[in-house]
Amino acid sequence: MIPVALSVKDLRKTFGALEVLKGISLDARQGDVISILGASGSGKSTFLRCINLLETPDSGEVRLGDEVIRMRKGRDGRSGAADRRQVDRLRARLGMVFQNFNLWSHMTILQNVIEAPVHVLGRPKAECVAEAEALLAKVGIADKRHQYPAHLSGGQQQRAAIARALAMRPDVMLFDEPTSALDPELVGEVLRVMRTLASEGRTMLVVTHEIGFARDVSDRVVFLQNGLVDCDGPPADVFGTGGSDRFKTFIARHATA
Amino acid sequence: MDFGFMAQTTVALLSGLPLTLELFVTSVLAGGVLAALLAWMRAGRVPGLSALAAAYVFVFRGTPLLVQLFLIYYGLSQFPEVRHSVAWPVLRDPFWCAVLALALNTGAYTSEIFRGALAAVPTGQVEAARACGMPRLTLLRRVVLPIALRQALPSYATEIILMTKATALASIVTLKETMFVAAKLNSETYRAIEVFLCAGAIYLVLNIAIARAVALLEWRLSPHLRRAPDALPGLDTPLELGTA
Repeated sequence: MIPVALSVKDLRKTFGALEVLKGISLDARQGDVISILGASGSGKSTFLRCINLLETPDSGEVRLGDEVIRMRKGRDGRSGAADRRQVDRLRARLGMVFQNFNLWSHMTILQNVIEAPVHVLGRPKAECVAEAEALLAKVGIADKRHQYPAHLSGGQQQRAAIARALAMRPDVMLFDEPTSALDPELVGEVLRVMRTLASEGRTMLVVTHEIGFARDVSDRVVFLQNGLVDCDGPPADVFGTGGSDRFKTFIARHATA
Repeated sequence: MDFGFMAQTTVALLSGLPLTLELFVTSVLAGGVLAALLAWMRAGRVPGLSALAAAYVFVFRGTPLLVQLFLIYYGLSQFPEVRHSVAWPVLRDPFWCAVLALALNTGAYTSEIFRGALAAVPTGQVEAARACGMPRLTLLRRVVLPIALRQALPSYATEIILMTKATALASIVTLKETMFVAAKLNSETYRAIEVFLCAGAIYLVLNIAIARAVALLEWRLSPHLRRAPDALPGLDTPLELGTA
């Protein structure tokens, strides 16, 4: 049996009076590529951001490998991480790719990629540079390594951001709408890189609006609706007979849009 | 105008320049430390500290520097507690009184520059650092401060240029810096135009040097704000500073 890489149990999150996540559970086995779909406001980005604690969930459990992120209630009743160092350590094993790339603007592409391996993991710089150059070649922007993010197109920046996440040799990759900020003609180059990663057997959670990627590349599709999992299964099922009516409506709306 | 006299005057005025520079450097350094502390207090989540820093900025930015200088130099010595305290050797010295007034004042302004620069660091870039497990201090050192520094530089240059000029106020509390020498020469010769033109020119040259130095630093720190090197090959040298 394939071991579980990431396990989320009954995750809940409220912003003010708005309950965004109403108890979401998800297990990702090693090598799973899971697409998370849902309308805007369904909570899919919040769900992803709760996994590495960029948002603090109100309750629920996140387990990476065999380690559970320890949470505690503060005096004001709000929950928070019990051990910041544990969170940092686990975050280093969760590579994240953002909608807006979020490359560090004052560093070159190469510096962006080696920054965390050198300054978070404390690995030797020369080794990180060699690995970074290989990663940049892999995502097809080796020639841009000495340029700054502002000098690159959106698609190139997102590929650099993917290389930056890969440089940490993460156990699980989290993609938060990686192609939503891109011009349509640049979406393809990023999706191609993601397909390559998927085919290498990496564990990936992908929040996306790319129905094609969800259907053709992922092993599983999770459809969120109003902060709950509406349907969950292999794309053949969900896109076939297994999907809920709400999922079918969602897909129909996306197909015409 | 008597150019021979102006040359003599300039030489005489330059004798006050070392003290002007001493006042400037000391108060800018001390003010910078104070500003960093105030900005940290403002940015923190402790409500008392944040309000205290805000009140400090409100008072020191809202009152004339000359008033602050007089309060420190003439005012503090009226209290026997001050005269008998360990701080008296410092507070008795007009140099340190001037430095104190200048530093307290520039600290207020500079803290606002720092606060603005810190607030303008893009949240996404901070999140990206947190998401790869970067501890807080590393994040501050590697991401937040380098970005904030670049954003603060232009306004900071203006503030320290204001400071070189503010050091002239120290002449009123008997410090023999450039402006003090100028006032003395004027009262001896009554040739106000020549004397104060020369004094003004000295401050002008000093400030040109400071502005250039900061501009050069800014240029070196911000290759990411220029066009890509392959688009504009000539930009590897800082020769185009004037047009950049």
